[in-house]
Amino acid sequence: MSPIANPVVNPEATAFNLERGLAAFRAEIDGPVAAFFSSCVHCGICAQSCPFYLETGDPKYTPILKLEPLRLVWESEFTLWGKIKGALGLQQRVTDAMLAEWEELIYDSCSMCGRCSMVCPVGNDIQAMVRKSREGMVAAGHAPEGLAGAAVRAVKTGSPMGLQWKTLQVQIEHVQTSSGLTVPVDQAGVDYLVMLSSMEVINFPEYLEAITKIFDHAGVTWTLSTQCFEATNAGIQIGNKDIAALLVERVVDAAVTLGVKNVISPECGHAYTAIRWEGPNLIGRRYPFRVFHIIEVMDQLRAQGRITTAGKELDRLSLHDPCNLARKSGVIQQQRNLMDLVAEQFVELPEHGRFQWCCGAGGGVSSNERAEPLKLAAFKRKKAQIEAVEPERMVTMCATCRTQLEEGLEHFNMDIPVVGLTELIADHLVDKEEPT
Amino acid sequence: MTTIADPMGFLLFTKGPLFNIAIAIFALGLAARLAEILLLGRRPNFAEPRAGEWLPGLRTVVTRTLPDPGTFKRAPFNVLTGLIWHVGFLVALLLFIPHIELIKGLFGVSWPGLPNPFVDLVTAVTLVALAATLVHRLTHPVKKRLSTIEDYLIWAVTFLVVLTGYLAYNRLINPYPLALGLHILTAELFLILLPFTKLTHIFTVFIARWYNGASFGRRGVQS
Repeated sequence: MSPIANPVVNPEATAFNLERGLAAFRAEIDGPVAAFFSSCVHCGICAQSCPFYLETGDPKYTPILKLEPLRLVWESEFTLWGKIKGALGLQQRVTDAMLAEWEELIYDSCSMCGRCSMVCPVGNDIQAMVRKSREGMVAAGHAPEGLAGAAVRAVKTGSPMGLQWKTLQVQIEHVQTSSGLTVPVDQAGVDYLVMLSSMEVINFPEYLEAITKIFDHAGVTWTLSTQCFEATNAGIQIGNKDIAALLVERVVDAAVTLGVKNVISPECGHAYTAIRWEGPNLIGRRYPFRVFHIIEVMDQLRAQGRITTAGKELDRLSLHDPCNLARKSGVIQQQRNLMDLVAEQFVELPEHGRFQWCCGAGGGVSSNERAEPLKLAAFKRKKAQIEAVEPERMVTMCATCRTQLEEGLEHFNMDIPVVGLTELIADHLVDKEEPT
Repeated sequence: MTTIADPMGFLLFTKGPLFNIAIAIFALGLAARLAEILLLGRRPNFAEPRAGEWLPGLRTVVTRTLPDPGTFKRAPFNVLTGLIWHVGFLVALLLFIPHIELIKGLFGVSWPGLPNPFVDLVTAVTLVALAATLVHRLTHPVKKRLSTIEDYLIWAVTFLVVLTGYLAYNRLINPYPLALGLHILTAELFLILLPFTKLTHIFTVFIARWYNGASFGRRGVQS
């Protein structure tokens, strides 16, 4: 289906309905899903891994329960036993009313952090099934307005926040003035194409300045592309493969046009998983380039001796691992190597790396205004972790996590600033003109 | 067949025709379930992997048996009762000498067992742990919410298999052929229900854990 025929983008094109929703659920069922549902014993351990359940105490937020519509489709259509029950009229069916009720469970109360997938005793990858369920929810017309709006803006303007290149151009000029360096644009054949997220451009312009300095310092050739600068993927957050594939194709086209060897995803966690892991499957082919997160690139440069830093931050720093980067993508040691370069006093949160706790805002929760109270509730898990080690500042590397940490800490009157790791590294680079 | 009037007839029925029926339903049902899962397969994955799938998958098959320290701290009762009764059930099933004899008779393979009094003790502990899981299911808000009739049915059948075994071994039901017949009958019920209920997890858990470990492992995370 072309994005124009997609009801999210063009509501008049095709009606959302239960039939389309069920077809989309059906299309998502594969061997792993069947193995997972066959194995659930209703032990309830997944609830103990979910910040939305733990911080509200409401059992309806138990992760495996969020999958009930998908499970019913699997049971009734993919098992012999379910078909027999269906013939006898004993099989419960998914209804529109059920999906309406589940919308809150699949979107508002799930950041797709994947912690449940790490602790389920029978090994159910619950997070992956929430992602799959969202495909059915969108097709059935049960996706939150906030996410649908972001998806429409992303398709129509290239940015989920409606940001234009001219806004980024202004940022580029600021960066060039303040750093005295050039921000390369549309340079063909360079090593890295740098992608951004609108949120970084608007809220954290220091990120662009930091990478400009780091790449200049390390002698890395790179570029931005006027053809496409946005790599967040509202299609993946809402759960619509057509939109998601369209947004991935734009990045691929830009990279191919410029003939770059590597693409750097925005700091944004979901953008990284979108372009790194889902992207090639969405477009159905391998990329002619490799994809890295900026943290991976900086750690490679560090290992090659191309980053020289001087001095360290003297206050007590702790690190928030974005779920998408750490648990879901295996980037765990790299940020610690980089912290060692610049932090005198680094203290780990009690559960970190693959067992870190979500900030509560990922998976589209932060784009879904209605989910605000739940987002704040889920943050209390992170807050408790931070309180346990009492850092003076928090360091992270995802624009959504960073915004949530800043807003959450402020809400609870905790005076702990949040900084980006990339900026921290840039602050400590040894000046090329005045080697120490 | 009247069980009270003819305990030996009852025992022979459970050991003979009913056993064959139960094994047939179990084997065919399970084969169908496994085929339903494995034939679905997975779509090709075009994303450049960080690591292989097989080893991380197999590692997860083993490591998920024990919880991570944080989960254990948050749900010690749930984890411990679950672990204890599973271990107890497996010890009683696989290391009780008469069971080993039965398996030897059926498949020709055997292994050393544990002394009967030890298995007896393990069985008693298993019954207590199973009772505790029922109380937990009836009282914990999450488990209460998750539980269906099937969960209670499977609990009852599992408990009865262990209980009748315990009663038969300790000669607490008389005559003995009736006690043993009841134990075999409940075990057959367990086998018949296995492919059509959550008992399937006994086999599919290995597939589920492998898929999980493979998916995370491919992305460079040991899950």
